[in-house]
Amino acid sequence: MTNDSAKLTEYVTFTSAGQLFGLPIERVQDVFKPTNITRVPLAGSEIAGVLNLRGRIVTAIHLSARLDLEHRGHAAATKDYAPMAIGLEYEAESFGLLVDFVGEVLKLTEADREPNPINLDRKLARVSSGVFRLDGQLLVVLDVGRVLDLGAEAAAA
Amino acid sequence: MDELLRDFLNETGESLDLVDAELVRFEQDPNNGQILGNIFRLVHTIKGTCGFLALSRLETLTHAAETLMGKFRDGMPVTADAVTLILATLDRIKTILDGIERLEQEPAGDDNDLIERLGSMARHEGPPRQESPARQDNAARQENPPPQSAPDVAPERADAEPAAAPAIEAGAQVTFEAGDKPAAEVGEKLATHSIRVSVETLDHLMTTVSELVLTRNQLLEIVRRHEDSDFKVPLQRLSNVTAELQEGVMKTRMQPIGNAWQKLPRIVRDLGAELDKDIELEMYGAETELDRQVLELVKDPLTHLVRNCADHGIEGPAERMAAGKTKNGTIRLSACHQGGHIIIEIADDGRGLDTMRIRAKAIESGLATEAEMAAKSDGEICNFIFSPGFSTAAEVTSISGRGVGMDVVRSNIEQIGGTVDLKSIPGGGATFTIKIPLTLAIVSALIVEAGGERFAIPQLSVLELVRAGSSGEHRIERIKDTPVLRLRNTLLPLLHLKEVLKLGAADSDGGFVVVTQVGNLVFGAIVDSVFHTEEIVIKPMSSKLRHIGVFSGTTILGDGSVIMILDPNGVAQALGRAAQTAQADAPELKQSAEIASEATVSLLVFRAGSQQPKAVPLSLVTRLEEIDCRRIEISDGRHLVQYRDQLMPLLRIDTETGLKHEGAQPILVFSDHGRSMGLVVDEIVDIVEDRLDIEVASNRPGVLGYAVVKGLTTEIVDVGHFLPQAFEDWFRNRDGTAARAAHSVLLVDDSAFFRDMLAPLIKAAGYQVVAVGSAADALAALKSGARFDLVVTDVEMPDMDGFALAEAMRRAPGTAAIPIIALAAMVSADAIERGRAVGFHDFVAKFDRTGLIAAIKEQSADVERAA
Repeated sequence: MTNDSAKLTEYVTFTSAGQLFGLPIERVQDVFKPTNITRVPLAGSEIAGVLNLRGRIVTAIHLSARLDLEHRGHAAATKDYAPMAIGLEYEAESFGLLVDFVGEVLKLTEADREPNPINLDRKLARVSSGVFRLDGQLLVVLDVGRVLDLGAEAAAA
Repeated sequence: MDELLRDFLNETGESLDLVDAELVRFEQDPNNGQILGNIFRLVHTIKGTCGFLALSRLETLTHAAETLMGKFRDGMPVTADAVTLILATLDRIKTILDGIERLEQEPAGDDNDLIERLGSMARHEGPPRQESPARQDNAARQENPPPQSAPDVAPERADAEPAAAPAIEAGAQVTFEAGDKPAAEVGEKLATHSIRVSVETLDHLMTTVSELVLTRNQLLEIVRRHEDSDFKVPLQRLSNVTAELQEGVMKTRMQPIGNAWQKLPRIVRDLGAELDKDIELEMYGAETELDRQVLELVKDPLTHLVRNCADHGIEGPAERMAAGKTKNGTIRLSACHQGGHIIIEIADDGRGLDTMRIRAKAIESGLATEAEMAAKSDGEICNFIFSPGFSTAAEVTSISGRGVGMDVVRSNIEQIGGTVDLKSIPGGGATFTIKIPLTLAIVSALIVEAGGERFAIPQLSVLELVRAGSSGEHRIERIKDTPVLRLRNTLLPLLHLKEVLKLGAADSDGGFVVVTQVGNLVFGAIVDSVFHTEEIVIKPMSSKLRHIGVFSGTTILGDGSVIMILDPNGVAQALGRAAQTAQADAPELKQSAEIASEATVSLLVFRAGSQQPKAVPLSLVTRLEEIDCRRIEISDGRHLVQYRDQLMPLLRIDTETGLKHEGAQPILVFSDHGRSMGLVVDEIVDIVEDRLDIEVASNRPGVLGYAVVKGLTTEIVDVGHFLPQAFEDWFRNRDGTAARAAHSVLLVDDSAFFRDMLAPLIKAAGYQVVAVGSAADALAALKSGARFDLVVTDVEMPDMDGFALAEAMRRAPGTAAIPIIALAAMVSADAIERGRAVGFHDFVAKFDRTGLIAAIKEQSADVERAA
């Protein structure tokens, strides 16, 4: 990411528990429909399990559980139901963020990205690197490294 | 880091390793212009590239070394000093390279000392081309010294205007591609066609192929359900091509073990010079290939062992001459394939291990008591050097050696599923034998289910499977809340895998018990069901899951799903927590269980063919397996199944027993001497502790007789009848059985297990057998007037051992002439010697059943001749 404020960044958008999120497109490996997730006993509640994606073993993480988001409405990803996954490659490992709905790719100007509101939920603030004001809703930009840094979160909690 | 710089570091590092090895060869064979040419080219390339990358310190240093080597080429004699100097220069170059890798620029420093010495040596021009310079016998000897060639072969261009550098570089590139081959071949294979491929590319290729294999399997599954599919033929073709591709990709990961040996000649040479010893290094089988990952892991232990041989094993020249040996010692390194393993041997002809010292040290450090040590063979004592803590004993290592880090060597090798063995002949040298799997990536695992999830347990730690019910003899009992299982003579601590993994509470006490061994701890893990064994490809755990101790990795099964691989170590820890509370109660029950079982035998009860239960002594059964029917193949009218990398014949008890056509076929596996046979059964009913009194003998082949087991008339199956059917030579030639039937064998062994195992075997070979449990009982039996033609006795027994029994027999006139065959857990040279002295006629390893039968046959033939 660059500080060049006029620059356009493409964001993959998705929702989890009704909240709109975005990830810079270059961080997203693929978007897939997770099937056949194997539960991992003794793992934290945010770990949905592991699955086989074209020969790679992907660790699936529930975004809503990770961020303590509460589900309203029926299109909710739960332990046994996850409609879509955002595939990420981070530190040579594959991850899948389980989300409810994947939306379009938006081109947004970096200059419009605003810092997190100071009253933002602590857990959310930790993983967010800014907010875009879109028509009708707010898009929270996620920081892949911090979303996947489960250990630090647990230590902080 | 700059791409160019990284490439330079990689290539130069490889070239330097090669120069090391070449130089040692050159020292030994100084007239070989070809070797000199190689070295010259390599150094020149480094120099050229340094200039290009503006690494001035390196450039100056290599230039000085090149000048000296130029003199060699012009006929200056090659002395050991000169080689040492150049080797020192290479070490300096390596140091600088390390610096560059860290700092991305040349580290500060001054090399004038070396440059000075290189220069002065180069100025001392001697007469051209002297014969027999350097210390030939001190140099490492290669397997195939390359043919001598004229000294002027070295390419003209090597003296090298910078303009010629690209061409030279190309030449050097080819040279060290060939360097991936064993060092001995370098030089001759200049024309090898090869390219560099990064390891990531290969790993990626491997992953892609695995994916292809899985997809292929899915397709095959689909087509199997549609009989008349047009896809059948092309899919078969696809299947074959996929298999070929998989094999090919696996091959690209293989590297000759010679790569791990490259540095050894230099190490041995340096050590030899340092310790003032003359050591030759012989290398055989450098071309033997193994997975690069394994290669990396085995490098350090190998180096350590070779270093040890040179340091401690080989004596100084004076000591060697005094012992009547050749002045120069030899370290022999060899590698070969054996089954799915690679065997590496490191042997020296030095002084061997000082067992007295090791014995004393082991007692001193509390590893064993004096009495325990007295009973041990020299071989067992030598193995103490692998004990952790033994290594720190400096006084032992300085005298008898082999101590430093040996436990680390062993644990490193065991980590990759290998073993290390040691043989030592006092005054004659020591041999280390390392056995490692060809690849780490694939292991055999048992797939089980607990709490609705499947898990893989590495087959290596699974001892056996027991079906446990809530009723019947084999039921899970509880002491307070701790589940335990009576298994033969022991009380097995149990844990519910479901509970350990927090997948729910253990609802019932039924299911399967996977008897698992971790170190010395044996425990049972209760699972809901057991599927099959499968060769799994281990994938590393996600970093987010690595903290969960009960798992060691993940794997993708044939059906495409991901499952977790259980780490028996981690599971055992859960047991430890629960066991602490139960410990106080356990010994008491264990004792009573032992007393209860003393007069009884564990019988495996099964059904095959008829409804009447059949049984075999459980001690004869190696394993209970369920085999997928699709894996059963028919060849030459016999049923075969691939079992642990071998073809295992399947036999039926009688013609009534049919093989199942689908699902899982239960079999009893009998193994001996690396061979296995499977006995097909319909159903495994139970394991029963009962007295075995054969009340009605049987004339039917394959049936010993009938006994009442748990109130039911049960057919006792004669395993000895089936073994030869599986392998004609299982008992080596069973003809002449009738003639030998008159011979009667007295079997003496304190272990009921071995009596159970050996008596039926000897009987099956056509002898009458009386089995007794102690030497005293044996003497009583001999005195009772019964005629015995032969005594087979265990050597190690409490109160009176085999040697004492033999001596007692020799003293009594009636028994003095009876041949004695001794059984030992380990046959060592000194035990054989001692055995001869007391009058053993033959010595057989306890597990060598074929050898035992052969020995019995031979001894009884002697008796016949004598009679």
